[in-house]
Amino acid sequence: MSTKTEPTTAGRLTGYTWILVLLPLLLLGVVLAYLVVTGGGLTDLAGPPIEQVKIQRITLPEAGVIRVEVVNDGPQAVTIPQVLVDDAYWAFTAEPSNTIARLGTAIFTIPYPWVAEETHIVRLISSLGVTFDGLVAVAVESPQPSFDLFWRFGLVGLYVGVVPVALGMLWYPFMRRLSRQAMNFILALTIGLLLFLAIGTWLDALEFAAELPAFWQGVPMVALIALIALGVLLVIGARGQQRERTPLAVAYLIALGIGLHNLGEGLAIGAAFSLGEAALGTFLVLGFTLHNITEGVGIAAPILRQQPPFRHFVLLALLAGGPAILGTWIGGFAFNPVLATIFLAIGIGAILQVIWEVGKLIARDTGDTGQPLFNWVNLSGVVVGVAIMYFTAFLVKF
Amino acid sequence: MFPIKLPRFLARRDFLRLSLGGTAGLAGATLLGQAVATQQGQDSPATSHHSVHGNSLLVGEVDHARNGFDPMQILVDWDYGAVSTLSSGQTLREYEILAFDKEIEIAPGLFFPAWTYNSRVPGPTIRCTEGDRIKIRFINAGSHPHTLHFHGVHPYEMDGVPGAGPGEIHPGQTFTYEFDADPFGCHHYHCHALPLKRHIHKGLYGAFIVDPKVGRPPAREFLMVMNAFDTNFDGDNEIYAVNTVGHEYARRPIPAQVGELIRIYLINITEFDPINSFHLHAEFFDYYDHGTTLEPTLRKVDTIMQVQAQRGILEFRYRWPGQYMFHAHVSEFAELGWMGLFNVVAPENFAAALAEVGVDEAWNQKAIGGSTVAAK
Repeated sequence: MSTKTEPTTAGRLTGYTWILVLLPLLLLGVVLAYLVVTGGGLTDLAGPPIEQVKIQRITLPEAGVIRVEVVNDGPQAVTIPQVLVDDAYWAFTAEPSNTIARLGTAIFTIPYPWVAEETHIVRLISSLGVTFDGLVAVAVESPQPSFDLFWRFGLVGLYVGVVPVALGMLWYPFMRRLSRQAMNFILALTIGLLLFLAIGTWLDALEFAAELPAFWQGVPMVALIALIALGVLLVIGARGQQRERTPLAVAYLIALGIGLHNLGEGLAIGAAFSLGEAALGTFLVLGFTLHNITEGVGIAAPILRQQPPFRHFVLLALLAGGPAILGTWIGGFAFNPVLATIFLAIGIGAILQVIWEVGKLIARDTGDTGQPLFNWVNLSGVVVGVAIMYFTAFLVKF
Repeated sequence: MFPIKLPRFLARRDFLRLSLGGTAGLAGATLLGQAVATQQGQDSPATSHHSVHGNSLLVGEVDHARNGFDPMQILVDWDYGAVSTLSSGQTLREYEILAFDKEIEIAPGLFFPAWTYNSRVPGPTIRCTEGDRIKIRFINAGSHPHTLHFHGVHPYEMDGVPGAGPGEIHPGQTFTYEFDADPFGCHHYHCHALPLKRHIHKGLYGAFIVDPKVGRPPAREFLMVMNAFDTNFDGDNEIYAVNTVGHEYARRPIPAQVGELIRIYLINITEFDPINSFHLHAEFFDYYDHGTTLEPTLRKVDTIMQVQAQRGILEFRYRWPGQYMFHAHVSEFAELGWMGLFNVVAPENFAAALAEVGVDEAWNQKAIGGSTVAAK
């Protein structure tokens, strides 16, 4: 009897469990339906409609055409009946419609004779007269993907990312001749470099996040993705905890974190070029080359006491510097602020995890020399690392 | 007119800001996975007079029926009131004006929460002859205190300002303003409740035309009230117009005939901007500042300016047929809606010109009949 009832009870229990799961959901449905149908007695609380859109991007695909991408990040649909450019109402077409649903996007095309290298202001006006402004700071025709431009953007990424990292790594043979204590100094310097990058990447991510439509909740998104990235990398790292992580693996982790950082750098540069702000051009690229050369030192620092095959150096340089090329392409041709924010947030997590790993490396190596972890050599390494990054950043911050 | 409220900029690097001394550009992209299709050369917005001003225009049309008034009619809609004769022999004109909150469409698809007199902006055009007794029963059916303040000669308690006579007329209250029409000219009235700016720019104003006893030469007459609307309430106007609806007379050019005398009663009530102006294309006009003289105060000009509440009368004739522009020669205002056209045609083409903009012979009679009322 008992053997017979047991499965039935279990079956009943399963059904009962399902009811327990579904009941609140069913009731939620009822409450929602009630609110939607009757207003739930809150109709008097309803204020005037809130109209809110965000101008995501303005491009100038050809002479006499302005293209505006608009996202509705307000609580309800918004209609844009009129469009102004430089304080004049102007004809336009809207795709798919000038009524934009919540979370929806529309592309406004305005046949306006924009003037090269001058400033224009696009203003959208809602049906209730709320205005939304977007700025074309310096009007230049937006780059259209072409082989030539692809190549040149790639070159920029190369100069900004791969070249300085590779040059920095060329100090490897020299650094190998250093005393153990000096090598620890270099590792500490790497920590300083990474601290600077973590802060910079965080600020960059926040700046992107601030411009995202409200529903993305940009700032929490950055913080959470960074934490998740850190957590995932720590868990992955902990799997091989029984055996000490090899210095080469740490070098790869550093290269990955720096690579994500450089991706963000490339994005910004590509976007700047496409916005006509590339007047900065060569000087800026030069600045980044100098600024980023320390990154090569940092990547090489963990592997000073072993000599991995040459191909690893090539791979490390590509992993750390290559994303700058990719970033420049994306920023120049298909900039996407949401993806950019996500990449940067992952970059923060990755850099933090690398700081942890390099820290462990220093702790071990310093322990081998019989010195305390916190000594003047290590501290001055960190300070010098931060200082180098800080002062070379003078070349790229205006 | 743009407040310096440049959008926060998206690109992250400080260096991007260099290009514009502290401001910077917008970049960005569509959301994940959303198509980015450039649509060019597709159905450009339909306009009847595209060729005259290219793409520099408001797009679409206004629903005048829903608005309850048509700017085309406001041009010629003289309100003579209920006329009777007092025992003294003086002509009495009685009016009723209701202040009323109403959302109006001031440009295609663009709505403004106006305060109106008799549910239109500008309010009724009170027209009379000098010396007539004017009696206006004012009913405030709006949500705020309002008044009627006339630009004209009247006793203190009829001044329609807070503190004078009945002061502000509160919602639900009524007051009858009474005075003699003096002096002749092109005048106006507006609400003088406080805060004044808000009460004026929300739409509480109208024309007050006092004809001289001797009359003026017969002419085709139009009322043009230069006004503007601050739709986002930032102290800057988004829409400029004559008679409220931006670019309305560009979409529907005002019919007139070659050679005939055209007289415009022009009033500037534009809030927030120190001056407004009127420029006529391809002709010159005589101008009577305030309309209080029978001789022009300015002869042969093609542009005049008016401060707020200034007004005057313009007289001119067109020699040849054509579509002649008129607009504020504050180019910005023109491009923000204050621009229109006269469609000047030979007499035989006049009926077609009327039909083209949806007006009829009755409209024509009002346009040419205004100047003869003084003689009536």
